Formats: sequence, structure tokens, C-alpha cells
Amino acid sequence: MKSRSTARAIPLERARLNLGSIWLKVKTHSSPFIFMSPASILVMLFFFLPVVVTLLISMTNMSVATFRGYKMIGFANYARILATRWTLKILKNTAFYVIMTLSCFNVGMALFLSLLTTHVEKKVGMLFRSLWLLPRITPSVIYALLWTWATADAPYGIINQLISPLGVEPKNWLTSEPWAIIIFANGFVGASFGMIIFTSAIESILPDYFMAAKVDGASTLQTIRYIILPMLKWPILFVLSYQTLSLLASYEYILLLTEGGPGFYTTEVWSLYAFHLALSNYFGNVQFGYGSALAAVLVAIGIIVSIIYLKVFKFGELVAEPKIEVL
Amino acid sequence: MIARGLKRSVPYIILIVITLPIIIFYGWLFMSSFATRTHGLKPLGLTLSNWRFILGWKSPWRRDYPSVWEATLNTFIFAAIVTLAEVSVSAATGYALSRLKFPGRKGFLGLTLVLHAFPSVTLLIAIFFILRALRLYDTMPGVIMVKVALDLPFGIWIMKGFFDTVSWDIEMSALIDGCSRIRTWIQIVLPLIRPGIAALSIFCFLSGWSEFLLPYIFTTRFDNWTLSVLLRNLIGDFRFVDYGLVTAVGLFYMVPVLIFYAFTQQYLLSIYTGGVKGGA
Repeated sequence: MKSRSTARAIPLERARLNLGSIWLKVKTHSSPFIFMSPASILVMLFFFLPVVVTLLISMTNMSVATFRGYKMIGFANYARILATRWTLKILKNTAFYVIMTLSCFNVGMALFLSLLTTHVEKKVGMLFRSLWLLPRITPSVIYALLWTWATADAPYGIINQLISPLGVEPKNWLTSEPWAIIIFANGFVGASFGMIIFTSAIESILPDYFMAAKVDGASTLQTIRYIILPMLKWPILFVLSYQTLSLLASYEYILLLTEGGPGFYTTEVWSLYAFHLALSNYFGNVQFGYGSALAAVLVAIGIIVSIIYLKVFKFGELVAEPKIEVL
Repeated sequence: MIARGLKRSVPYIILIVITLPIIIFYGWLFMSSFATRTHGLKPLGLTLSNWRFILGWKSPWRRDYPSVWEATLNTFIFAAIVTLAEVSVSAATGYALSRLKFPGRKGFLGLTLVLHAFPSVTLLIAIFFILRALRLYDTMPGVIMVKVALDLPFGIWIMKGFFDTVSWDIEMSALIDGCSRIRTWIQIVLPLIRPGIAALSIFCFLSGWSEFLLPYIFTTRFDNWTLSVLLRNLIGDFRFVDYGLVTAVGLFYMVPVLIFYAFTQQYLLSIYTGGVKGGA
């Protein structure tokens, strides 16, 4: 009797144990699921799906005219990019815009500002850094407005008022020198990113180095050249690569300042060109297919380059195993 | 002695000169909103009439434009919901990535970093189609979702950084005592990273409040307009007509940003440097 009951009890107990362990598994695996699902859904909907949709639409002739009866046309839009004579102009504009803004402001001015603000008294340096952050936190519409008015015709514009005593002919600077204004406007926003990163890098250099340099009688410029700059190699490379990508895709300020003009495509950059063709309501013929092909080029560059950054900056070390394992 | 003093003041002078445009610009914005008309930096008479929109002004030409207050309400709702959603989703995801072990964790972290560097504006054309398919084009919830999603890689990365700094002893004892993961997260870990949540909230609110491109592209109806879109259209209509009015609306739009900025600079700086810790 006794032995029979134990013999029967064993499978039951085993079953219960199995159920228990399954429940435990569900419980432990459900919490990552709960924590991760909102972000996963959003990333799926607004990053993965858009990449696929961009590629798909770029293979169609979809436009306002063919919205209902569009068809797949393979790589014809890409062939058209290569064949259109405007492409070269747009390409040149984009390169000019990115290189000038990046070198003069996002890295050049940023470096200059971080060196100056760490050189002067601490409080004063902080004050100037926070002034330079102002353009970044200013809503872009207002910021563009400030530039539009600063560059306006005489007697309204500030630039004309300030330099007319020097004998310079007053003019509308935004329409006569659109590139200079666009680069300045973007640069005053862009400089603060590098400024913050370089400043914290400079502040983290051990004071011993500066002391040693001083003892050896190094001038300020020599200290900068032989101590600070070598130590800023990685931050500079980081700002350079990171901002190249964001400048390549950015068009908000150009849109607000010149809309790609004045005239025909004078300041139109690649990303603005794609936006104008596919989304802007001002021209009647919105061309989703062609615009998407242009955007797809940027998307491809964006994906490839950001994966390269991931490798270069050794992000692998940052994705180490978590401290708490699932209990 | 004098030469030495001169040499010491050189960096200050250079700083003032290169910062002058910023000082002049914002000074002018303030002054112009109280001036009848300006010639460069010179006001031609002072007035308060530029601020008449405070009393519910409507555009004389486009009477269907929303009033400034309606747009302000929209902007506030947009920024507030974006902040709430962004912070809660980032905090949940950041916690999971920092503390939990699950398949795909490494992949998602790498993805977050790639997306952080990836220029998301290039996807706006496709997002237009996705919003239309979801019937969310030209609706507030649609624009809010897009904004939250596009800023998410940044938010997740910041939050993960803050969770990584929290010692896990307290958390561990709570878990051993049988507290569930979610309760531990809400009651024990989240209060410990309050500064991080504050920093990300401020950042999200300012970024939502200033957002221009998304509402400009994805909404058309007047009652969805935010201040940035209203201001953009006002500039189109008034640029050569009423400088004072547009600067007044601009300053009105800018005031909350300035107040926030003045009081929370340290938080914001910590988030800017924290946001790029991985690369610097």
C-alpha cells in the first residue's frame, strides 16, 4: 500500500516541479519583455519600418500624379539621380556646407572656445559657455528669425548698421552672401557640442602636466600644442565624425533661412533636396519615389557610417554583461 | 606690469568679441519687442502694443490662424506628453539594458548606439507614409509618437548610464525578499536616479517645446499648430510688415526656455556630457 502511494506520488510531484519551473521561467523572462516592449515597438515602427519603406518607395514612380496607379520601376530613380545635372550641384553644395561648418565652427570654434574658457577664470569661463549654449536651446524658428533680421536690408539690419561706418556698401546679406550666413548660423549652434566635450576633456587633464610644462618654461601656445592638443585627439575625432553625420542630414536651419535659395538651388543641400521633392507642398509635383531614392542614399550612408563609429570608438566595451543576473 | 595686465586680459577680450553676436542678437530680440520700429539696434520709439496678442489676438489677414494662446496650449501639451512618454519608456528600457539578462540585450544596446549616431531626419519621408497608414497623419498623437521614437536612442542611452551608477546591493536585497522586478524598479531604483530623471525630463521638455520640423511636416490643420509653426507662418505673413509683433511672439515663446535654462544649466550640462560619455 505504502510503496504504491509513493510510486504514484513521484510523477505527480515531478509534474508539479516542472510546472513550477516553467512558471519561474515565464516570470523571469516576462519582465525583460515588459520592460523592453514599448521601446521595441517604437523602434520597429519609426526606425526599421521607415528604412524598408524608404527603399520600397524609392523603387516606384509614386508621385502626386501617379498616387493611385504607381508601379515598381526598379532602380530607375537611382539612374535618374546619376543622370540629372542638378545632382552635381547639390553634391558640391552639400560638401561645401558640411566641410566649412565642421572645420570652422563645430571643431575649430569649439576648440578655440574650450581653450579660452578653461584659460580664463572659472566663473567667467562658465558664463561664456552658457552664452554659447543659448543658440542651441533657442527654438530654431526664433534663431533663424534673429539671423534674418541681423542680415536684413538697410536701415533694418544689424550687420549693415554696424559695418556701414567702415564704408561697406549696405546690402541684404542673406540673399547676397547666403552661404556665409548659413554657415555662421549653423556654426553658432554647432560649436557648443564640441565646446562642452573638449572642455570636460581639458578639465580632466592632470594638473601635473601643466605644472611640469610651466617649470620647463613652456609658453601658453606651446602648452596647448604639445600637451592639450595631443590629449584631445580622441574627443576631436569623435566630434568630427559624429557631427559630419548630423550635418550631412540636417536641413532645418537652411529651410528656415533660405529654403535652398536664393535663385535656383543656390544653397540646396542633399537632404533638403530630398525633402523638397518628396514632402514640400510648395511645388505642385511632389515626387515621393524620386525623393525617397535621394533619402535612401543618405539612409545608407547613415547606417554604414554609424556602424563604423560603433567599431572605431570601441562601443563593444560599453555593452558588457549586466551586474545583476536574473535571480 | 601694465604689459602683463594687458596680456592677461587678451583672452577675455577675444571671448567678448567672438561672443558679441550672441549678446547683440538676444538683446535686440528683447528690445525690438518693445519698439514701434527698429533701425538696426536703434529703436524708434517704445510701445507695448506688440504684446497685444496676449489678449487673444488673431491675425488680421488670416482670421483662421489659431490665437497665440491656443498654439501655446498645443505646444505645452506636446512638450509635456513627449517628456512623460520619453522618460518612462527610456527609464524602462534603460533599466532592462542595465540590469536584466535576456537574449538580444547586446544587440539592442548596439542598435541604440547606432541609432544614436544615425541621422533620423532622413526617415521623415517614409514616416509620412507610415503615419498615413496608421491614420495618425495630421494628429497630435502621431507627431508625439514620432518625436518620442526619434529621441528614444538618446534617452535610453542616458538612462542606462544613470542606472549603471546605482549600487545594486539594495536592489538585490529587495529581489531576494521576493519583491517583483517591476516593484523593485518603481519603488527602489527609480527614486535613486531622481537627478537623472530630472535631467532627461528637462532636456525632453525643452526639445519638445522647441520642436519645429515634425509638427511643420506632419500637421496641417490650424488647431494642431504649435508655437513654432505659428511663428513660422507669422514670419511669412508679417516679415516686412510688423517686426515688433513677431519679435514679441518670439520672445513669449522663448521665455519658458530661458527660465528653464537659467535654473537648470547644471543638469543640462551633465546630460550633454553624459550623452556622449560613450564616445569621448
